[in-house]
Amino acid sequence: MNTRRIEIVVGLFVVLGFAAFFMLAMNVSNLITYENNKGYRVTANFDNIGGLRERSPVAVGGVRIGKVSSIEYDSETYEAVVTMEIEPEYSRFPIDSSAGILTAGLLGEQYIGLEPGAEEEFLKEGDKITITQSALVLEDIIGQFLYSKADEK
Amino acid sequence: MIINRIQMLGQSVLSTVSRLGQASVFLYQIILTMPGVFLRPALIIKQLHSTGVQTLIIILVAGGFIGMVLALQSYYVLVDFGAEDSISQMVVLSLMRELGPVITGLLFAGRAGSALTAEIGLMKSTEQLSGMEMMAIDPMQRVLAPRILSGFLAMPLLTAVFMAVGVLGAYVVSVHGFGIFEGVFWSLAQTKVDFYTDLMNGMIKSVVFGLVIVWIAVFEGYDSMPTSEGLGQATTRTVVHGSLAVLGLDFLLTALMYGDI
Repeated sequence: MNTRRIEIVVGLFVVLGFAAFFMLAMNVSNLITYENNKGYRVTANFDNIGGLRERSPVAVGGVRIGKVSSIEYDSETYEAVVTMEIEPEYSRFPIDSSAGILTAGLLGEQYIGLEPGAEEEFLKEGDKITITQSALVLEDIIGQFLYSKADEK
Repeated sequence: MIINRIQMLGQSVLSTVSRLGQASVFLYQIILTMPGVFLRPALIIKQLHSTGVQTLIIILVAGGFIGMVLALQSYYVLVDFGAEDSISQMVVLSLMRELGPVITGLLFAGRAGSALTAEIGLMKSTEQLSGMEMMAIDPMQRVLAPRILSGFLAMPLLTAVFMAVGVLGAYVVSVHGFGIFEGVFWSLAQTKVDFYTDLMNGMIKSVVFGLVIVWIAVFEGYDSMPTSEGLGQATTRTVVHGSLAVLGLDFLLTALMYGDI
């Protein structure tokens, strides 16, 4: 009987350990976001991506609808090519939608904000968003501000 | 006089190196007997009970409180920057990358490692091990190998429990204590914590620590002087060397996993 109790307790211990691991994997890591690769991919070219990284969010009106899946450099056009993956339930984006790189808060993380257009046709896998707005680089803005101040005098 | 000092230094270096060598040969001999151990899983289950289940309480309590304290301290700092939402990212990352495996390792060395050393040391001093040899039972296979395997299996499980309880402790403090939104807490952790670089690397650390701790514990017990004093010294050495090995290896593993060295 005693062996049986020990075996039951050890079994419970192992179950508890695995349950803890799965809780961590599912609740507090990005394992789930690896799973749904069913979204459709669209690309956009930017002059400057600022601090955008892979897996940065793609949002419309602040609501997250996908993520950046890869960032490459196109040596023909000297631009950054950002591929983003948008979840399948958000499939109704007009083909003339525009994409901009925005910052969450003043110094927060950068993400891609989509602005829906007005065309009848929707974006689909492999399409390219042509109207883009690059990241605002704080140093450039300060530089421009200083130059304009200097011109005034 | 100086010659004497130098001789003492050389002597201690030589004895350290020779002990390391003995310990390595010892581990190698045990690993050679491992295949036979799997034929008798009951032995491993019994050891899992004493190394794993009995360490569980201290892990649960320590994990919960450490998660809570981390959340408290991160909140006090982050609230000045209006970034208190990042509390979950901060707590979860520190638990998974460092605190989970390291503190579980330290507690494991203190709770399970010392008990292993004392048990095996007493078996040796009461000549139970020699008795087994007389009966043509290999004590390495019957006594030592299941203990090494159980530590190897118990540590990752304990670490996962520690991390999960720590996250829950942080959740209670930040969501119910500081009024951070529940969705923000979980979703920030989900977007910022990577399954492979954070969670799996923490688990790899815990497996390495578990192996090193039981190795030290079993070797110290097997190698102890068969007197009451020698047994006490061996138990102390297990805890001290085990803890130091965990901390040193943690630095090494962190540098390998997250650094560019």
